[in-house]
Amino acid sequence: MGIVWFWLIAIMLTVYVLLDGFDLGAGAIHLLVAKTDEERRQVLASIGPVWDGNEVWLIAAGGTLYFAFPALYASGFSGFYLPLMMVLWLLILRGTSIEFRNHVKSKVWDPLWDFVFCASSLLLAVFFGAALANVVRGVPLDASGYFFEPLWTNFQLGDDVGILDWYTILVGVLALAVLVMHGALWVRMKTDGPVSERAATLARRVWWAVLALTAIVTTVTFQVQPQIKENLTTWPLGLILPLLAVAGLAGVQFELIKHDERKAFFASCLYITGMLTSVVFGVFPMVLPARNPIYSLTVNSAKAADYGLEVGLTWWILGMILATGYFTFVYRSFAGKVVVEKDPHGHT
Amino acid sequence: MEQALGVHRLHFAFTITFHYIFPQLTMGLALLLVYLKTKFLRTGDEHYNRSARFWARIFGINFAMGVVTGVPMEFQFGTNWAAFSRAAGGVIGQTLAMEGVFSFFLESSFLGIFLFGEKKLSRMGHWFSAFMVFLGSWLSGYLIVATDAWMQHPTSYTLGPRGEIQLSNFWGLLINKWALWQYAHTMLGAVQTGCFVMAGVGAFYLLTHRDEIYGRTFVKGGVLVGVVAAILQLSPTGDMQGRLITEHQPVTLAAMEGLFDTQNGAPLAILGQPDIQHRKLDNPLEIPSMLSFLTYRKWTANVRGLNSFPEDQWPDTIALLYYSYHVMVGLGTIFIAVMVVSAFLLWREKLYSSRWMLWILMLSVPLPYIANTAGWMTAELGRQPWLIYGLMRTAHGISPKVGAGNAWFTLIGFMGLYTVLAILWLFLVYREIELGPDPGANLDTETAVLIAAD
Repeated sequence: MGIVWFWLIAIMLTVYVLLDGFDLGAGAIHLLVAKTDEERRQVLASIGPVWDGNEVWLIAAGGTLYFAFPALYASGFSGFYLPLMMVLWLLILRGTSIEFRNHVKSKVWDPLWDFVFCASSLLLAVFFGAALANVVRGVPLDASGYFFEPLWTNFQLGDDVGILDWYTILVGVLALAVLVMHGALWVRMKTDGPVSERAATLARRVWWAVLALTAIVTTVTFQVQPQIKENLTTWPLGLILPLLAVAGLAGVQFELIKHDERKAFFASCLYITGMLTSVVFGVFPMVLPARNPIYSLTVNSAKAADYGLEVGLTWWILGMILATGYFTFVYRSFAGKVVVEKDPHGHT
Repeated sequence: MEQALGVHRLHFAFTITFHYIFPQLTMGLALLLVYLKTKFLRTGDEHYNRSARFWARIFGINFAMGVVTGVPMEFQFGTNWAAFSRAAGGVIGQTLAMEGVFSFFLESSFLGIFLFGEKKLSRMGHWFSAFMVFLGSWLSGYLIVATDAWMQHPTSYTLGPRGEIQLSNFWGLLINKWALWQYAHTMLGAVQTGCFVMAGVGAFYLLTHRDEIYGRTFVKGGVLVGVVAAILQLSPTGDMQGRLITEHQPVTLAAMEGLFDTQNGAPLAILGQPDIQHRKLDNPLEIPSMLSFLTYRKWTANVRGLNSFPEDQWPDTIALLYYSYHVMVGLGTIFIAVMVVSAFLLWREKLYSSRWMLWILMLSVPLPYIANTAGWMTAELGRQPWLIYGLMRTAHGISPKVGAGNAWFTLIGFMGLYTVLAILWLFLVYREIELGPDPGANLDTETAVLIAAD
């Protein structure tokens, strides 16, 4: 039962990254691809109706993690206390900047929120990457089952680790590059005119950075977390996940050359899915590796009692069917290129 | 550690109090939006639709505030209350996760459609999106109240080998009798906030002689729904909550009422200040035997006072608990008076011209916010010293490795950020009220276009 939930939560988090990932990416490139007020409205309109629903995947995944693996939720959230609080502040700034920017038309108001939107999205992308890297690298859990990580120590991967070290920063930069590419492909697909063109150019350029960083991060990650190699030896079929990522990344460039915007975006989704599931596969059965392996939290040591997990599965499946229905409906309702309207009853 | 405990409590209290400013309005307004959209569907009168659009804009601002301040609440269970989460996550995580899966997806999806998709939908389709937003927000209210209700009155659990609390009956958690009454009481409080805000804005328009047709609709809608909510708030929902507390949290009842001595025919204190040191109520103004009647429906019933409980079972902030409870009840009584008189004037067709009553309605807008906050303080302070009543003490629930200094740092960070948010919120909501339900009528066209384009 624990293994089922391990994968279900991995899927929920992946969906979160795929969906809110393009919101964050769109935010990170906001100032680059959109210059005029109308262009910036285009970028905002491309995520306006959906960003909030996308963020719900984080809340729902968090809630699911909470009831399925309470010990993980407790150790992880209190251990990452400082960076998580900063993530919360950034999420607050990101949300308010999207919602409040268009309320007032002023030469001071708009640029201010454009900047806040861009900066908070950009930092969130880096933070999420660094957070994932912290899990992969392992945290200083001790016999109490808890830890408290400082923001940084000496930037080395010793026993005295911090949130930021050379490895986690590297992954943070990769995450930013990936979400910039992902967001640029979304903006490319959802807008037209100069914004769309600039986004396509940006996506093509940042693709090379993603390629280089993926190669470097993958190589060093095998050193940082030996469990990955072990798992690949035990279950060679797992190789399919990194191969999906490779196929996705190749697909992005291929489709960009062919000018198929939709397929390019979906190739990017495939790449991200491949990367994230590879990581999850690599650390299994650990849910939170410790620097000292005997204290690692595993699926079995962190999971809740079986009755709750079983009953949870029933409502979870029902809820996911409903949620899939809503999302299909919403994305279909707002399908196609966004139009920034200027009519009295228009709701851009 | 003692010091850290206080900061963690204040951290949660501050962030949840600020957060709840927004859902109480959006849950109440969601109902009123369905009311306005239904009116439009039935009559085809465009001014109801414009009214709905106006309130949807205010709803949108408040909803965004509710979302951004709501995410920190879920996170804080893990960040600040790790020991509690480790012990009880398997139980309360169920309702919290269900809130995300069943209500937030529903609410956020249909809100996007409701706010952005009016032109793409039929009238019925747009009404339906409003209804789904209402359903989602009220469902989320239930699931979060069920979570709190389990902490107030834990049921359907067994203790595991490592002391962790395991769920033993899903429906017992979901249909906890405490949750049903607490939910009804909470939602009525939210409806009252929505009604007072709507009526208050309507009164503002009537008093300033602008958008008067909308002003009348808002006052009428707010008062008609509000009078029902205000009465139901007291009875049966408030009454039934009181009796649940009498039965399951007798020491909380004694502290709320400022009753120190156990007695037959216990009086109900209307005013007075609890003096914990001397164990008495200073300057009491009391109704004899009334507390016995309210709690046990018998004038001579025996009600236990604080003195009959060991001090380590007492809530730790009795004076604050007592004042919160009395503020809530006092305001609730005032709401009934205001709403009943308004409804009477409405029936006599005098309300729209009774400037004194419109003034009262307008100035009452902040009061339901205070009452709702005081009500939640009563519930949560009354639960002390327990985090899960009778099962886990609050002192044992905090994150063992997050010290007071770090908690202070993030608490002050939240205070600063929320101050900015509060100013923005007031500014934007006031701006919408100033622009009014019919921006085209009050402004030159170009500005109106920009506003409506939001």
